[in-house]
Amino acid sequence: MNRRDSLKAIGLTALTTTVLLEACKQPATDTAAATTKTEKEAGREQWETERDEKLKSETFFTKHEMATITVLANIIIPKDGVSGSASDAKVPEFIEFIVKDMPEHQIPMRGGLKWLDIQCFNRYEKPFVEASTKEQISIVDEIAYPKKAKPEMQAGVSFFNRMRSLTASGFYTTEMGVKDIGYVGNVPNQWPGVPDDVLKQYGMENVKV
Amino acid sequence: MSDFQIKKSSTVYDAIIVGSGAGGGMAAYVLANAGQKVLMLEAGQYFDPRIDAQQMKWPWESPRRGAGTTRPFGDFDASYGGWQLDGEPYTTKDKTEFEWFRSRMLGGRTNHWGRISLRMGPIDFKPTDGLTDPWPITYADVKPFYDKVDRMIGIYGTAEGIENEPDGIFMKPPKPRLNELFIKKGAEKAGVRVITGRGAVMTEEIKGNKDRAPCFYCGQCGRSCKVYGDFSSSSCLVIPAVNTGNLTVITDAMVREVITDKDGTAKGVSYVNRKDLQEYQVNAKLVILGASACESARILLNSKSSQHPNGLANNSGVVGKYLHDSTGASVSGFLPQLLDRKRYNEDGVGSVHIYSPWWLDNKKLDFPRGYHIEYGGGMRMPSYGFGGGVSTMNGMVPDRNGKMKEAGGYGASLKDDYRRFYGTGVGMAGRGTAIAREDNYCEIDPNVVDRFGIPVLRFHYKWAKEEILQAKHMQETFLSIMKEMDAVVTSKIEGPETNYGLEAPGKIIHEVGTIRMGDDPKKSALNKYCQAHDCKNLFVVDAGPFVQQGDKNATWTILALAMRTAEYILAEKKKQNI
Ligand SMILES: Cc1cc2nc3c(=O)[nH]c(=O)nc-3n(C[C@H](O)[C@H](O)[C@H](O)COP(=O)(O)OP(=O)(O)OC[C@H]3O[C@@H](n4cnc5c(N)ncnc54)[C@H](O)[C@@H]3O)c2cc1C
Ligand code: SF4
Repeated sequence: MNRRDSLKAIGLTALTTTVLLEACKQPATDTAAATTKTEKEAGREQWETERDEKLKSETFFTKHEMATITVLANIIIPKDGVSGSASDAKVPEFIEFIVKDMPEHQIPMRGGLKWLDIQCFNRYEKPFVEASTKEQISIVDEIAYPKKAKPEMQAGVSFFNRMRSLTASGFYTTEMGVKDIGYVGNVPNQWPGVPDDVLKQYGMENVKV
Repeated sequence: MSDFQIKKSSTVYDAIIVGSGAGGGMAAYVLANAGQKVLMLEAGQYFDPRIDAQQMKWPWESPRRGAGTTRPFGDFDASYGGWQLDGEPYTTKDKTEFEWFRSRMLGGRTNHWGRISLRMGPIDFKPTDGLTDPWPITYADVKPFYDKVDRMIGIYGTAEGIENEPDGIFMKPPKPRLNELFIKKGAEKAGVRVITGRGAVMTEEIKGNKDRAPCFYCGQCGRSCKVYGDFSSSSCLVIPAVNTGNLTVITDAMVREVITDKDGTAKGVSYVNRKDLQEYQVNAKLVILGASACESARILLNSKSSQHPNGLANNSGVVGKYLHDSTGASVSGFLPQLLDRKRYNEDGVGSVHIYSPWWLDNKKLDFPRGYHIEYGGGMRMPSYGFGGGVSTMNGMVPDRNGKMKEAGGYGASLKDDYRRFYGTGVGMAGRGTAIAREDNYCEIDPNVVDRFGIPVLRFHYKWAKEEILQAKHMQETFLSIMKEMDAVVTSKIEGPETNYGLEAPGKIIHEVGTIRMGDDPKKSALNKYCQAHDCKNLFVVDAGPFVQQGDKNATWTILALAMRTAEYILAEKKKQNI
């Protein structure tokens, strides 16, 4: 069946609804609306589209917070020989969206950024973004290794864990990140099974299901 | 004059079908193709996988990168619905933790189901353990319908000759992925049989079917398939049935109740349009419920009349009772052998490539029946949550230089770890027999209505000792498989304090049994053809009629029984019995 035929199937159902309602004097407002309103995004409910639009029109982080997020994201995922940095992949913009989408991130992120600035201020008398790379890294080193971190740094560890997860989520789900990680699927193809050289590499030539 | 008005149609259909999922879709398909004039009422919106599937989208095409914020199984999942529906609550009592997944769309939950398609076996229909109830029908009664469903819809698998895991008419199966070969090897060492999966994915053409094209291995069945390569009720049953010219579908039509005549026979249903909240009443010679096990029970319990004071088809009082969902528990981790693995496309099909049918003799165990195991892992498309475990796992195994390093990190070395660990994941989940018990039930909550004014369901469900012991056995088995394949376990080790990781009832989304069939009208709602004992022109075609689920996922049996019921209806009509 081609696309037009399936559209016809919709038309058909809408039409029969109208027929069914012929006895009733009121116009079948809903059916008429349903057929003209098919301009909705295919496969998404109207409320989902509206929710996305609303979230995109709102701003959560301040300029200063976004700047701090950008520095941190690039510390977590810097540019290397294979791919660009977190900010090259617009990870901060993703984080701005996701905290609006998942409000449970908002307080820990906002509070964590504040925690970081206070730490930095107590040590170097400036906010994190204005600290030197060396100063920034000295703090990050104390919160990036959960098992080794001092108990008094625990709040920072929790924040950094979250920041690291969001950065990885944001980076590896972009074209740049997918290419970097080497996911080569999502194309129509055949599946001939594990390549022979790989079977050999793992000594799996004789394993059959 | 008041605005309130119920619009009544004068048309009398041969049949009204409520719900367009596996059961409703199959009944509609069989009846429409036999020339019956059928009206289908579906509470959800229109959905056609060819147009609406989010298949082949990249993670960056979703602002939340595929996260499950508005759809529990991810932004691309083909589900309009979830664990909670706005304005349509359900309640629980006695500290029950029942979870109910509903989809409101043409095709219901078959648009995004896992396509794992297992037949129930001879022992599942006639168990001998003394604890679980036998069905009034045998495997031999249902086999011809399983066969027809296989041929009509398409299923891959391999013939194995296992008594209680009956073979079907199989298309060629997908080959195992690399992590699945590790599983096969490890499980075998642990004494667990692993065989080729069985899934409702068309890996070969079906002769004469021009609407569907074979699978092209994108691994995304959960998003539904634009070429109709897998089974969804929308693509494979309802839309083809509409094309016969005999089926009329009204979407956004939420059925309130079945309306009966003075003599107690069903004469139609009333429904409310979910969009404009207008009320309607439609008539037919018979009514077929396929709204899903719990929704159909809800409709029956809400269909009270002087003839049916307990609700329709409920003289026995069993409607809502014997609710059961499969048991489920899981373990996950990674395979250090696969660190730095070679990249290639292993998307495969979107259903299971391998699984373990129940392999033990229960006589030596402390629980009846058993469970099967479904496996996962591999180089999947990244989405929200990607790499989440890497900052823990990188402290669990030596690095490339053979040195242990501190878990966590950042920068170039962490970036390298993301690459290193990609595709090493492995996981397994058990799906087991839960016991159908009278005191696990859904009922009408006397105090709560939904936004349409329809009284809602209230659940009462407690796991029994046997189900908890089964979960314990699952955990032990999974850990021994993980050990034999030299995998590192990263999930929490579950003990007695969490019932060994036994999921809350409902969580596995195989809820069945609420309108059970039986030969004795005092103890069952339906006869063995899913026809109401107390109302001869009322039928149920979803998982409501299940007497006792095996460890097998429910859908293939829903399809076979719905086909059987539809053919029975046609035969009875010929004999003018209904
Ligand atoms: C994520 C997921 C994975 C799954 N994986 C598998 C699997 O691998 N194998 C397997 O066998 N099963 C699986 N299942 C279960 C499978 O989806 C169900 O068994 C199957 O869809 C049930 O079919 P049904 O016809 O009973 O109901 P549904 O598919 O739920 O359809 C019922 C339809 O009725 C409509 N409806 C409800 N109430 C009303 C009303 N009052 N009026 C009008 N319409 C109404 C609903 O909107 C819905 O469209 C899975 C389910 C989920 C959610
Ligand atoms: S795996 Fe095959 S059947 Fe499933 S969605 Fe992709 S192409 Fe369709």
